[in-house]
Amino acid sequence: MRVNREKVISFLLVLPSIAAVGIFIYAFILWSVRVSLSQWKGLLPDYTFVGLANYIGLFNDPRFQIDIRNQAIFTVLFMIGCLIVGLALAILLDQNLKGESFFRSVYLFPMAISYIVTGVVWRWLMNPAQGSRLSGLNLLFDQMGLDFLVNRWHTTPYWGIAFIALPAVWQMSGYIMALYLSGLRSIPQELREAARVDGANEIQIYRHIILPMISPVTLSAIIILGHISLKVFDLILAVAGKQLQLDVPAIYMWQTTFDGYFFGRGAAIGILLLISVAVLVIPYLRWNLKTEESL
Amino acid sequence: MKKLLTLISLVLILSIVLSGCVSQASPTPAPQEPGGAVTEPAEPGGQGRQQVEVFSWWTGGGEAAGLEAMIKVFQAEYPDIEFINAAVAGGAGTNARAVLATRLQANDPPDSWQGHAGQELIGTYVAANQLEPLNFLYEEEGWLEVMPETLIPLISQDGNIYSVPVNIHRANVVWYNPAILEENGITMPTTLEDWFASMEDLKNAGVETPLAMGEQWTAMHLMETILLASMGEANYSGLWTGEFDWASPEVTTALEHFATALSYTNSDATSLTWQDAAQLVVNGDAAYNVMGDWAEGYFRELGKTPNVDYGWAPVPGSDGVFQFLSDSFVLPVGAPNRDGAIAWLKIAGSQAGQDAFNPVKGSIPARNDADRSLYGEYLLSAMDDWASDIVAGSLTHGVVANDSWKTEIDTALGLFLQSRDVAAFQSALVAACASSGPCQ
Repeated sequence: MRVNREKVISFLLVLPSIAAVGIFIYAFILWSVRVSLSQWKGLLPDYTFVGLANYIGLFNDPRFQIDIRNQAIFTVLFMIGCLIVGLALAILLDQNLKGESFFRSVYLFPMAISYIVTGVVWRWLMNPAQGSRLSGLNLLFDQMGLDFLVNRWHTTPYWGIAFIALPAVWQMSGYIMALYLSGLRSIPQELREAARVDGANEIQIYRHIILPMISPVTLSAIIILGHISLKVFDLILAVAGKQLQLDVPAIYMWQTTFDGYFFGRGAAIGILLLISVAVLVIPYLRWNLKTEESL
Repeated sequence: MKKLLTLISLVLILSIVLSGCVSQASPTPAPQEPGGAVTEPAEPGGQGRQQVEVFSWWTGGGEAAGLEAMIKVFQAEYPDIEFINAAVAGGAGTNARAVLATRLQANDPPDSWQGHAGQELIGTYVAANQLEPLNFLYEEEGWLEVMPETLIPLISQDGNIYSVPVNIHRANVVWYNPAILEENGITMPTTLEDWFASMEDLKNAGVETPLAMGEQWTAMHLMETILLASMGEANYSGLWTGEFDWASPEVTTALEHFATALSYTNSDATSLTWQDAAQLVVNGDAAYNVMGDWAEGYFRELGKTPNVDYGWAPVPGSDGVFQFLSDSFVLPVGAPNRDGAIAWLKIAGSQAGQDAFNPVKGSIPARNDADRSLYGEYLLSAMDDWASDIVAGSLTHGVVANDSWKTEIDTALGLFLQSRDVAAFQSALVAACASSGPCQ
């Protein structure tokens, strides 16, 4: 009896959040799916069923092709950049140096800043003006005699999006460092000592012992970075405004829905983004659940 | 004890959730019948006064100051009506329009809102049956006599006028640096060909940026003025009514002209705002910039002198045509305070209201009977043109195309800025007109 009552009470306690999540997340996902299958355009809802027309239209849309390409370039560079910089910083901090906690905070701080702030600052740093109007990093390069480094940053044709990864890496690599650092700390000191006794040098220790042991951290980091990268939107807008050259699906979704009132198309982009995030996150959640069960 | 705590927290959580639901549901007032009783049932704590809630994106600079000046005129005329300024910040109203769309879908319209006169309002809100025609106000107040005849069709649909224009801006203006032109022996050209030739000369003479341009919307602004200059007013206007074919060779030529103009622009255009681009001219970094005449207000803010630090002319080839855009106010169907909204519209269309707003905002009144002593040198020249020129509408600023059509054109333009493929651009424009414009 008592057990039952506790069960009832605990169920009642989580009920509000279940209801809220159910309505505000899952119900709206379903509603978005419905909208994405409709021809709704303009302010008045129009739920006329058009099947997958919105999705097919998107895949034939040259703008959406640019979006996918930009998203792919950004995601790959952002992930690789964050993982390498994060791991390097973590290994450096793991060397028992003086003032470690100070540096840890310094590297973590960028994460506390919003993407909009980062974007505005990097917009100034990456000023692409040429000739007599050089400014930001270009001016610095020029005055240091490093003229060959002066470039057009995010306005570079075709590869402009790659430069957006720069502020993103600057912002998120500290977080990845923290993840790796906790991974490194969980490796028992005895293992390294044993390897040294067996005659392994430092590089071999990292290569054959430490890196394999922190591969679960790498996996989590990839998942986290992956879904952050799919949601990049504020950073691009803050750095470059609405430019088709730096367009990603999230920006297209926003513009087409709220500037152009193509609600059906906007919902379709939203669902495609959701699916891409799900492809990343769901296997991870399952893997996580399994490892938790086995513990 | 533990049980008690659990119960208390349970009750607390439930009450929070419930209050959340209630407060979300309550602010939506029951929509009132148009023409019904205006006095709202006095809210507890309210003074029982009439209110009018006016929605705009005038939150900064001369715009906000102009709105304040017009509100003063309103309050002097209607001391019994409380004015609620529901302005939402954000450039060119992007944020405000999203907020407005949400409020309209929640059936909670403000009493009147700002919108660019023309198809931006008509294509969106009239199509959704959300605006009342205002012909009766125009007749009562005699506005048809004081506003240009060629303006009225551009702000109407099927003979119904849907908004009250407060101000007029001109889109087809070239701002130039008089010193640079003089040094290179150039007088402001009057045809597109001469204009491009002068840019070529400037480039050869070592001027880094003959034509300054900024982010993507300023490219659309440049495009619309060149379309007008290249095709002439009749063909240009026909594009937007479906009477002139987007696939025609005239459009091809116009787009080629646009591509030529782009070849003289600065390489960092995409990273500049319109202010940055306009500033290049007065700073002597660029010879020309095509921007609406709000740039003049900006030059004054920078402390520059007209005809010394900057000169102006219609975009070469578009002399005699006034490509306009206008901020205007509307009367929504089911306005909670319809009489208050009408009172506001009367002020917005009145000489006193427009003369209070425009000198501060840096635009000219839509009426042609303004007090000329209030306006500066540039604005007086614009007023003369407004009274005598043919009026054409702007694309970028919402006069000639509805929002859906405009974003489709914007996408095509964005692709063109990367590929510079005129043929592909033109076929995308044809497709845009078919999918979201009047071409079927």
